Amino acid sequence: MATIELKQVEKKFGDAYAVKPMDLTIKDGEFIVLLGPSGCGKTTTLRMISGLETVTAGQIFLNDKNVTWRHPSERDIAFVFQFYALYPHLNVRDNIAFPLQAQHESQRVIQQRVREVVDLLRIEHLLNKRPGGLSGGDKQRVALARALVRRPAAFLMDEPLGALDADLRETMRAEIRALQLRLNVTTVYVTHDQIEAMAMGDRIVVMNTAVVQQIGTPTEVYYNPANLFVAKFIGSPGMNLVQGNCAEGVIHLPGGNQYPLPDGWKNSIARGEKVIIGFRPESAHVNPNGALKGEVYASDMHGSYAMLHVNMDGDNVVHLRADRETRYPIGSSIRFDIDAAMARFFNPQNELALRKN
Amino acid sequence: MSNVTLKHITKRFRAVTALKDVSFHVEDGEFFVLLGPTGAGKTTTLRVIAGLEKQDEGNVEFDGAPVDSFTPADRDVAFVFQQYSLYPTMSVYDNLAFPLRSPIRKTPEEVIRKKVYEAAEILRIQHLLERKTARLSGGEMQRVSIGRAIVREPRVFLMDEPLSNLDAKLREALRVELKHLQKTLGKTIIYVTHDQIEALTMADRIAVLNEGQIVQEGLPDDIYDRPATTFVAQLVGTPRINLFEAERRDGKAAIKQSAITVEAQQQKLPETLLLGIRPEDIRPAADGEFAGQVVLKEPLGVETVLHIKSGEQTLLSLVPGMSDARIGDTVKFNINSRKLHFFDMKRKRLNV
Repeated sequence: MATIELKQVEKKFGDAYAVKPMDLTIKDGEFIVLLGPSGCGKTTTLRMISGLETVTAGQIFLNDKNVTWRHPSERDIAFVFQFYALYPHLNVRDNIAFPLQAQHESQRVIQQRVREVVDLLRIEHLLNKRPGGLSGGDKQRVALARALVRRPAAFLMDEPLGALDADLRETMRAEIRALQLRLNVTTVYVTHDQIEAMAMGDRIVVMNTAVVQQIGTPTEVYYNPANLFVAKFIGSPGMNLVQGNCAEGVIHLPGGNQYPLPDGWKNSIARGEKVIIGFRPESAHVNPNGALKGEVYASDMHGSYAMLHVNMDGDNVVHLRADRETRYPIGSSIRFDIDAAMARFFNPQNELALRKN
Repeated sequence: MSNVTLKHITKRFRAVTALKDVSFHVEDGEFFVLLGPTGAGKTTTLRVIAGLEKQDEGNVEFDGAPVDSFTPADRDVAFVFQQYSLYPTMSVYDNLAFPLRSPIRKTPEEVIRKKVYEAAEILRIQHLLERKTARLSGGEMQRVSIGRAIVREPRVFLMDEPLSNLDAKLREALRVELKHLQKTLGKTIIYVTHDQIEALTMADRIAVLNEGQIVQEGLPDDIYDRPATTFVAQLVGTPRINLFEAERRDGKAAIKQSAITVEAQQQKLPETLLLGIRPEDIRPAADGEFAGQVVLKEPLGVETVLHIKSGEQTLLSLVPGMSDARIGDTVKFNINSRKLHFFDMKRKRLNV
């Protein structure tokens, strides 16, 4: 059982904010992802929750108990690091048993718990090996086992898949999520990879330059990003964002393009105003009679689909998802449409998403 | 620009054979990708082409002429590394100019200036020219690194996983740029990576390398649609291809420990075989032929990965958009029988 609450938690180094004051309530059994680019404050936030870093203001609650000034060892959380941090001189069995040995648990309990987690993670064949000879994936499984054996109230994971090859990341991401669902353990997971965040999280906390940008479910941050940063950061590639001027019921876009304002937006955007239209690659479709035009900048194959990169005018390259057979020569002209229901609009000044009327 | 040919290259490091009889040809102006896992021999191959490593057997040819006796400098190749290796005490301008200022070349300063500005413009780093490289972001540093290679106007560009140190978002952006750049400049690039998306999206042709040997060579479409071995099938495509042991039953392939049987379009199947099905070829449908239970759901936004347990097997299915299936739901599905991959028990492709 673990609920975690952050109340106006902040971290400063001198005058510089590493994390601006943030509020976050994590429900029992929730898988929360702290997502953002390098330097956004996600790891610092995780470390404050663990106690490895002190807060400069605010309070942290674990199961409604104020743990803000408690030592990490007194917080009943287990930390999984990116670079495993396994003890090189101990074999796998002793690595996993270590936290319980340190807590002076009885041998009977230690053996039982170790066997439990070893079965769960299917690493029985590694017990007598030293970490040095293990593959990346196996090392990460041992690190997870060592965290699990303590039966902590919560798991904190700092980019645990960052050091692994792409295919292993895919496998381990599903393994970790399946494990977490099975055990129903509250988990706070840090990553810079939005695909991981989307695949694994119940909710995602999107951060940038020390500030929380949006907290929401994968559906919420994908379909209704709160601002330009979230729109661009979530999705691969991110949302296409093009600035234009609003005229009578129409937006003038680069390259001499005009896009009719979809229903429901006419009152949100005033005539004469600058506005940014956002649309995801899969909501734009190549159409010889399409309303918008551009020039092919590049086109590439992604396996089950193709991506067409279209230059609307000099600085505006937009990405369209297309079927495999769609390949166009660089420089050729192309026309396309945007699915009106999927279009989103943003204010270029404050970068926030506009709402429908 | 040059075309490059490797003929039967073998390279040993004491007891380890890093490259075994590696041969391939890269056309002038081609974007050629060497794809393989860590330790496959990709970097060693690049170093042999550059002359940084001497092979034990075989030849390297540029435009049909052997270059084995040439030093790296004389081979006139430009190497872009994973760790940028920019000179931290110099400005971006001086980093770009550095190769041209080498005493061997004796390039006049006005020519240097012109080439540096051209490269900077192509890579959109003109605004950074006066900055010290230590104060650049990862993406900017990598552009400078590529720019430093461009100014040399080499015969061949050799790139060793140049994007792997960058954040996922930046990698996405630079992939498109690099591809656009290569197509408009018409340069010959031999690019090494373990990232299959990089290979598929950027390559004109791909050579898959594993344990020092070329396993398959071809267009991205060929590698994806007709993988020569299960290794290639599993290497390329996200999510990973489903691979099951199957047996021949009444002329069809029956996946072991499940109720799934599929048709083989043409020839006879062996008694036991391996069946590969890509996740996008497994589609939930109300009237689906097969059934299973959802055990995990990975919503990615543009699509969702559903883990479906059918019998004792778990299949990965890729569906468009955000699926509203929930864990525990029973789901029916179809398998696209025209997109099946059959392999023998030695893991080689069967053409059935």
